[in-house]
Amino acid sequence: MSKNLVVRFAGEGGQGVVGGAELMAQAAAQGGYHVLTFSTFPSQIKGGPAWGQARISSEPILTPGDYLDVLVCQNQYAYDTNLPDLREGGLVVYNSEEFEIADNSRAIGIAADRMAREAGNPLASTIIMIGAVAQAAGVSVSALEAFIEKRWTRGRASDAAIIQGNINALRMGVEEAKKAGLALEDLEPAPSHDIPRVMIRGFEASALGAMAGGVESFIGYPISPATTMLVYMEQNLTGAEKFVGQASSEIEAIASLVGAGYSGRKVMTSTAGPGLSLMGEGLGLAWMAEIPLVIVDVQRGGPATGLPTKTEQSDFIMAMNPGHGDMSVPVIAPGTTEEAFWASIAALNWAERYQGPVILLSEAAIAERAQDIPMPDLSKVKVESRTVSGGAMQNRRYAGDSVSPFPVPGGPGAYVANGSEHDEQGDTTHLPDIHVTMTNRRFRKLEVLSDGTFEAENTGSDIVVLPWGGSKGSARAAWEQLQAEGVNVGWYYTMFLNPLPPTLLAELKTKKKVLVPELNYMGQLAGHLRSLGVNAEAITQYTGLPFKVSDLKAEISRRVQGQ
Amino acid sequence: MSKRNPLYDFKWCPGCGDFGVKVAIEQALAQRTAERGDSIEKTVIVAGIGCSGNLVHLQEGPQPFGIHGIHGRTLPVAYGIKSGRPDLNVLVVSGDGDFLSIGAEHIGPQARRNLDVTVVVMDNGIYGLTKGQASPTTNVDVVTSTTRYGKLDEKMNPYLFFLGAGVGYLNSQMSSRVKDLAAAIKAAMDYPGFSIVHVQSPCTTYNDTYALLKGDEKQGIEPLAFPIPDSHDAGDLIAAVNLVRTNRIPIGQIYRREGESVPGHERLARAKVNAGVGQASVEELLTGMLITA
Ligand SMILES: Cc1ncc(C[n+]2csc(CCOP(=O)(O)OP(=O)(O)O)c2C)c(N)n1
Ligand code: SF4
Ligand SMILES: [Mg+2]
Repeated sequence: MSKNLVVRFAGEGGQGVVGGAELMAQAAAQGGYHVLTFSTFPSQIKGGPAWGQARISSEPILTPGDYLDVLVCQNQYAYDTNLPDLREGGLVVYNSEEFEIADNSRAIGIAADRMAREAGNPLASTIIMIGAVAQAAGVSVSALEAFIEKRWTRGRASDAAIIQGNINALRMGVEEAKKAGLALEDLEPAPSHDIPRVMIRGFEASALGAMAGGVESFIGYPISPATTMLVYMEQNLTGAEKFVGQASSEIEAIASLVGAGYSGRKVMTSTAGPGLSLMGEGLGLAWMAEIPLVIVDVQRGGPATGLPTKTEQSDFIMAMNPGHGDMSVPVIAPGTTEEAFWASIAALNWAERYQGPVILLSEAAIAERAQDIPMPDLSKVKVESRTVSGGAMQNRRYAGDSVSPFPVPGGPGAYVANGSEHDEQGDTTHLPDIHVTMTNRRFRKLEVLSDGTFEAENTGSDIVVLPWGGSKGSARAAWEQLQAEGVNVGWYYTMFLNPLPPTLLAELKTKKKVLVPELNYMGQLAGHLRSLGVNAEAITQYTGLPFKVSDLKAEISRRVQGQ
Repeated sequence: MSKRNPLYDFKWCPGCGDFGVKVAIEQALAQRTAERGDSIEKTVIVAGIGCSGNLVHLQEGPQPFGIHGIHGRTLPVAYGIKSGRPDLNVLVVSGDGDFLSIGAEHIGPQARRNLDVTVVVMDNGIYGLTKGQASPTTNVDVVTSTTRYGKLDEKMNPYLFFLGAGVGYLNSQMSSRVKDLAAAIKAAMDYPGFSIVHVQSPCTTYNDTYALLKGDEKQGIEPLAFPIPDSHDAGDLIAAVNLVRTNRIPIGQIYRREGESVPGHERLARAKVNAGVGQASVEELLTGMLITA
């Protein structure tokens, strides 16, 4: 029996390949399996090569899977380009109306569109394909039927007919696979669970974390892959006291967040690289005028318009230094779906505590995945709010050498929140010693953010890996395999990238080599670590896709052996 | 700045029109707070970058809140403030460069949202703070440091621009007539919705237009500014457009849209009530995602 089933649906945009993978994952999750999806598609609504992948496992999942057990393909191009990812002994399920595969020893051709049409349910062709995959891989068909029943029970008169139509389609696919007589090793039965689990997408985890962290206003401008979070907020942050707005640009978005944060609200936006570039000056204002706000940057391939729908981790430097002048913006980068939930809370708390902007670095591969995770334990949520001025400071809003009470408009302590260098009450000044005092104050405020947590294992080793963000999963899987093989390499990980947890930084400085897997050309975090005195070496990839575990493992062991 | 702040080193030049605007705003705010029994801290002045924006530091007497941000972004800042705090009275002060050049993209969106703020544009037809470059409202043929051959670009007609962008309340004033200006600003603040008071506020150092605006018989200059005749129907958009279709400067109420003005925040509040939406808790939303095997 196998522990894993990796299925990829490949075809063109608009053919439901991403939806097919998600449906398969949802059904398997419903049946008790762990699941994780990953998809990639071009920046267009119809056409262009696209695929969606579902990993289904009897064990918790770290990555979408390097190699495919089943490749479902809609056309010749999808077959040709995805075949290299099919593992030895894997199966192909293909649309035989579109093209033919000569050697059918490991391939099942199905005229799914025609069958669906003939069954009077033209939308069911993906479900026919799923039926064939389930049969071939030994996934419980009755669990899939139960899922279909649940998924299409929507309290409408047509429910019963749609459910029956889809179950019929599923069974057609099952029959096709039986006819072909091809099968994989059966999947292990689904594990049982004693804790409640939710099926959630990355952006939903970020958004719900933000709501748990007390976000009050969300103002954004649509951009892939960050639009989903704006839309989720518009649909769900609906209370009478809440505000969600679509700005006319990212320039408007950041300036309005500054205004809203200044007015006393907990505020957030979501954007991607091009938007963050436009927000640079406004972020400087938030830093300078000491206004709490959070920006979620869902990284995509850059620069300029770059690869709008592909994943990359190439905004770290910009996140830390998004604008001109001396500033160092706090950065938190979740590495898993679960962390995405908690990172939003941490980011809002940090912004409130140090009174300034915080950047939450997400990425396409995290925002868009769907995964089953344990239901977040809401009793562990701790929400912080800025210390509000009661008037004792009068108008001396910027008095002192670190965080000071925040005057909220309408209350006491009228001052001018100023983006120009200013004195204690916010009036502009150019005196050298005041610029020194105020710059020191702004940097000293970061010291209240030293509570970031980190993971550390096998810390006795003087060569360690330190992945960040969404590369955590692949790095962790590679590291676990290396451990099992007796390769001596340590593990460090944190989502608190700036400022780094001080103990972590101190430990990293004692290491001979810190290997940083990251999805960019420059080795951005590694470069930053070197500037802090850590002997860091990047392991880079810039394909628009996540690391394969096997690639990372090979590269880490090569570096450990000092080649 | 309630009294002379020795650390604050900014000064307007003698004769700068902005002095009059400052006094008018002080008077309008004093009148408003007295009338409403409101505290001055319920007002926020959002200032642009320019000589004009420094007004926020120069206010004397009871101190409102202020925010002096970045060049061109007064309106988005004001939008952010109002989005969650409709209770605050927000007054924007901005220059012609700040508002009509770098910040012009924000006028249409906020007019269409009917953002409930009052904008006082301090138009001196020049970039003052950067020492005299041409702005959209610099007159044609004027030589500035960036218009060596005289200004070749046509002059922007800000009134026409505002009306085209959907601004529902438009008043035009001169900084030298402080009493009228104070009354206009006060009335605009009382208007529920997006209102602009466009002020001719000459720059004595780089573009002294006092004589042009007021006329000078000795030099044979006809005044550019003229009082809007009583016969003008400010509720009529076509009449307003016809009034401003001139190189001259009409002074008074140009336009006030007919009918009830519902500010943006009020539209949203009403829409939420109509849609009957509440706030689902995070727990409820997560429960909706539960995998029930
Ligand atoms: C992004 C940006 N670009 C340019 C400047 C430089 N700058 C400061 S004030 C100003 C023009 C001010 O003109 P106006 O708004 O008419 O104000 P005035 O000084 O005339 O009152 C410019 C270009 C800046 N501060 N920020
Ligand atoms: S330069 Fe012009 S606008 Fe600036 S303070 Fe002097 S007179 Fe006023
Ligand atoms: Mg000007």
